[in-house]
Amino acid sequence: MSRLVPLPVVVPLLGAALTLLLAAWPRAQRAVSVTCLAATLAVAVALLVQTYRQGPIVAEVGGWPAPVGIVLVADQLAALMLVVSAAVTLCVLLYSIGQRQWETGTTATPVAIFHPTYLVLTAGVTNAFLAGDLFNLFVGFEILLAASFVLITLGGTETRIRTGSTYVVVNVLSSMTFLTAVGLVYAATGTVNMAQLASRLDALPDGVRLSLQLMLLVAFGVKAAVFPLSAWLPDSYPTAPAPVTAVFAGLLTKVGVYAIIRTETLLFPDGRVAGLLMVVAGLTMLIGILGAVAQSDMKRLFSFTLVSHIGYMIFGVALSTVAGLSGSIFYVVHHITIQTTLFLVAGLVEVRAGSTDLRRIGGLSRVAPLIGVLFFVSAMNLAGIPPFSGFLGKLGLFQAGVAVGGVLPAVLVAAGALTSLLTLYVASRVWNVAFWRAPRLDTREPTVRLPALMVGATVALVVLGLTLTVVAGPIFDVTADAAADLLDRTPYVRAVYPEGTP
Amino acid sequence: MSGPSLVLVVFVGVLVACGVTLLLERSLTRILLGIILLGNGVNLLILLGGRSGAPPVVGAAPTAEMSDVLPQAMVLTAIVITFGLTAFLLAVSYRSWYLTGDDEVPDDIEDRQVVRLAERNEAPTTDLGGEGSGGDPEQVDPGLARRRDRGAEGPG
Repeated sequence: MSRLVPLPVVVPLLGAALTLLLAAWPRAQRAVSVTCLAATLAVAVALLVQTYRQGPIVAEVGGWPAPVGIVLVADQLAALMLVVSAAVTLCVLLYSIGQRQWETGTTATPVAIFHPTYLVLTAGVTNAFLAGDLFNLFVGFEILLAASFVLITLGGTETRIRTGSTYVVVNVLSSMTFLTAVGLVYAATGTVNMAQLASRLDALPDGVRLSLQLMLLVAFGVKAAVFPLSAWLPDSYPTAPAPVTAVFAGLLTKVGVYAIIRTETLLFPDGRVAGLLMVVAGLTMLIGILGAVAQSDMKRLFSFTLVSHIGYMIFGVALSTVAGLSGSIFYVVHHITIQTTLFLVAGLVEVRAGSTDLRRIGGLSRVAPLIGVLFFVSAMNLAGIPPFSGFLGKLGLFQAGVAVGGVLPAVLVAAGALTSLLTLYVASRVWNVAFWRAPRLDTREPTVRLPALMVGATVALVVLGLTLTVVAGPIFDVTADAAADLLDRTPYVRAVYPEGTP
Repeated sequence: MSGPSLVLVVFVGVLVACGVTLLLERSLTRILLGIILLGNGVNLLILLGGRSGAPPVVGAAPTAEMSDVLPQAMVLTAIVITFGLTAFLLAVSYRSWYLTGDDEVPDDIEDRQVVRLAERNEAPTTDLGGEGSGGDPEQVDPGLARRRDRGAEGPG
């Protein structure tokens, strides 16, 4: 079974090489990318089933044993994230293929490099999820960042270069912080293997450990767009092409959240920064959503809701109970799906109405009822209206918060409820302005026929979001199990070192 | 088996300090130089984390006197990554200079909109259809300005 573990990284990378060679044959390129991502999804599902039944699976890369060599570890959390990310990237890929077909002849963006870069991005994301040592996690981050730099400046237009440069500089800086932290962790403990660090970090003096923890938190906080470090996100995401924004919004910030979950549970389980994390989580929720209230462009608005809802996940991590972590993981799964869907819907609106600016469009529910339905379902899901998965995720987190007790968790639960209401307000404002008033389009063409593949991919993601609601019970079983394993730490460590930590 | 030399530690500090100072600049070229300095500082720092000693070649010295190879392996990877990112940033700043004649990183669009509204003492409204921005050289998206002007003058 351990032979399967490297595949989610290797398959997209091979696919990237192949699509680069096939640059002159777009049809073959598309076929290769879709096949690769479908294969990744299949492997991810197999890994999830296997980890749920038997616990974490470890692969030693190149056959080198653990402390010296690199290990890839698939535990339940990693496998679950792999499944969701593979499903979402596949849907977005299909959407982008649909959009390319629609755009053919109208724009001159270089299509040839999109597929290889997109596959490299996927490989980076999966590598970050599977990484068993800090340095490999850093490499995973760099792979996905390098690919995202290319995607965000795709076409090299003036707007994209200007917003892209902010994105590049901020992310390079956060990578430098991460790399410094990795270097210092190695200097302090003599290893970067996470399973080995779990015991070695415990032995360090408190001050050293706290400073290492804070450095890693700052680095991941930038990537996850946690409040004081989130200002770069709403400014750089909206200008990229719709599928790129969608996959960035869905996945890249969640890789940061995943890294926070992993380090806070496995490496620094004593919860010394729990108070800090809670304050930051509350501020992220409120300030993010207040930003969204003030926006008048759909894409920018969704970027702010993205920042805001990261707060929920950080809240669950800060609680550091099984219920809290479980709610947090469920929320990550839910939010990846929903946020991606919303950006894809915004892309559809742009195709149909010519703009996503709320000042220029209106009455879309009459002009394009299907887009209306797609938007309504996902927006209500995001806002947490029962019975959707957004409601279940928030409920799980609130219950965990109340169960912990104390002033700070209570304040956080209140802030979460307020954020949820404000999200509902934002969603209904978009609905009222863009979908419900007198029809008003920002395009000259009377009717634009929406490409079937774009609509199909969006429908598939909406259905995936609804499926999360239906199978929420089993998913909560998996997340609770994953959370228990994370807090226990021994399943992970024992999987890497069956004969005890060296 | 000795600790890191003080010269190297101070050198790392100087590199990082210069890098951070340059990062605070507006021009992409200076930011790029800052990132190069910062990256080199961090790479040296990783190297400091390991034990120094004889070359890690089997037979050249007793194992206990060899230097630690792991930081060297990590630093090689990190150097390659820094190199790639530097090349990309260089391309971005060249492209920026090519398109606009300078390589300064501007304030974000929303910030500037807020500042403009504040100067005119207006409240932002959702239905602000014809916000004239044609005479504004700072407007980033010319398409947006054009669309806005069209909105201000009515259709056609």
